[in-house]
Amino acid sequence: MDLQTLTFLFVGVTFAVYIGIAFWARAGSTSEFYVAGGGIHPVANGMATAADWMSAASFISMAGLIAFYGYGGSVFLMGWTGGYVLLAMLLAPYLRKHGSFTVPEFISDRYYSKTARVVAVICLIIASVTYVIGQMKGIGVAFSRFLEVDYETGLVSGMVIVAFYAVMGGMKGITYTQIAQYVIMIFAYTIPAVFISLHLTGNPIPQLGLGSTMADGTYLLDKLDQVVTQLGFAEYTTQARLSATNMFVYTLSLMIGTAGLPHVIMRFFTVKSVKAARESAGWALIFIALLYTTAPAVAGMARLNLMTTIDQPNAEQNLAYADRPSWFKNWEKTGLLKFEDKNNDGLISYTGDKKTNEMVKVDRDIMVLANPEIAGLPNWVIAIVAAGGLAAALSTAAGLLLAIASSISHDLLKGVWKPNISEREELRYSRLSMIGAILIAGYYGFNPPDFAAGTVALAFGLAASSLFPVLMMGIFSKKMNKEGAIAGMLSGIGVTLLYVFQHKGIMFVQSTSFLGDMDPNWFLGIEPNAFGAIGALVNFAVAFIVMSRTAKIPANVEKMIENIRVPASS
Amino acid sequence: MANNNNYWKANISLIVKCLAIWFTVSYLFGIVFVDALNTIRLGGYKLGFWFAQQGSIYTFVILVFYYAKSMGKIDKEFGVEEK
Repeated sequence: MDLQTLTFLFVGVTFAVYIGIAFWARAGSTSEFYVAGGGIHPVANGMATAADWMSAASFISMAGLIAFYGYGGSVFLMGWTGGYVLLAMLLAPYLRKHGSFTVPEFISDRYYSKTARVVAVICLIIASVTYVIGQMKGIGVAFSRFLEVDYETGLVSGMVIVAFYAVMGGMKGITYTQIAQYVIMIFAYTIPAVFISLHLTGNPIPQLGLGSTMADGTYLLDKLDQVVTQLGFAEYTTQARLSATNMFVYTLSLMIGTAGLPHVIMRFFTVKSVKAARESAGWALIFIALLYTTAPAVAGMARLNLMTTIDQPNAEQNLAYADRPSWFKNWEKTGLLKFEDKNNDGLISYTGDKKTNEMVKVDRDIMVLANPEIAGLPNWVIAIVAAGGLAAALSTAAGLLLAIASSISHDLLKGVWKPNISEREELRYSRLSMIGAILIAGYYGFNPPDFAAGTVALAFGLAASSLFPVLMMGIFSKKMNKEGAIAGMLSGIGVTLLYVFQHKGIMFVQSTSFLGDMDPNWFLGIEPNAFGAIGALVNFAVAFIVMSRTAKIPANVEKMIENIRVPASS
Repeated sequence: MANNNNYWKANISLIVKCLAIWFTVSYLFGIVFVDALNTIRLGGYKLGFWFAQQGSIYTFVILVFYYAKSMGKIDKEFGVEEK
């Protein structure tokens, strides 16, 4: 069978499975609808969290970024896993003990304030919608390749499918669907990695393969360093992301953001006890680590395969454009890969020097999808990767859209504006807000502010600077009051947005960027995607200053804090 | 109440211990001291690079399970576990 038929077959079968599961496990009550009744097993919840968590950014984009950033790409690996340590110790058990449906609901109870709830909803929506924008870029790349159309058409097809999936079927039984999606994702990610590792190093375990020797006896990473430096690129294993300071802040921003993202925290409301919440974070991290420790191998090997396919030690034997393989032609069709014969010799020369480099565009987000083709793996493997990429994008988009929809319908409408709203109306409004979010995200998908993983990193910065600090202070400080929390959230997200907008354009419209996205203008050389950690510091500082000058918290709230700190109910 | 305060103190000191390790493997080994560690090799990996792309993640997994297990014990010790 040809690739396209196989892809349609795999994608079709997996979609049928998701819809079947969603139908079988549909919700019967509001409690089941929001938190699956609070009775999910920790391992199952861990797997669902992993699927919810690992998005198009992790699956499609991350290894591609690492392939080109080398060591600098480590910020994503450490940042997106280390956050679970914070989540497991600083937030999840206590939030589970409190037992609310949504994150703003907890903030409203803890800070005895509807204003705090509204501010939290606004922060949640800004962070989550930015996150969905990142998904849209990934979805656009995946669909454009497999429908063999340009990126824009791929994006629109993807939007329609996500809308259909999330609004019609995805909300019900989302947890069980995500378990199936995890299984498909992890197979899709590891199968090609095992094949390629075996082929290059003879070791079937990619994590070990990356540190092994190749057929000629040299270590794979040494060979990679040698190939890329010869062509004028930075050395793979030492190439830092701008500076050590920037990497430090970037990693911190992603970690704090992970712990502050509402759609991830919500998952810990679905387990049955505090003990289960702690364990569940561990299981989630194991399932995530399976993919995240494979990713550096995929990255390094993809880069090596790409370079050695095109460039030869003797430049006169480089790949001729006329002989380019089919993956090259297919990705050219999407507009995400571009070649320009600068010296008119008919040969492709891919170098680190802008003047002589003829691969004028290699979108980082295509690497994972192109990787099995570049390595010459059979068509069925490539088709599985397509199904996996879509599973990753869909599961996360569904989780995010649920978080956005529940914060609008449950927190804003039912909690603040229209307390008497009926359950049916609540549901209708949540569907409407989902469609609204998809349209906004789709609009930005046409002009993405960055690669999928970069855009998602922005979303983490926004969550890190707004929600994480107030949640943490809400548990670990018995003194933090509503004035401090509200001022903290507003200043944290305000500072981060200001920094991002002045470099990436107001509302991401590039022409309105008044400082330009240039490193000389960056504060301490920190790139906008990494600024969330600074925003979080501002949040903490402002909150404590305001708190020291305003009223004390009521005695009953202090009791509530004491209660969430111990597992036993009193 | 004194019991609950002591329970909370035990929890905080465990968290501080775990986060110290969390900080060391990622920020110190993976970023700040990466060049120094890179002079040591682990097979084909430079050690600093290995911590940044592999080792820190394995440590995180162990930390989270260690915390969950230790907290289970502390819960029982102070008699605050869930019924």
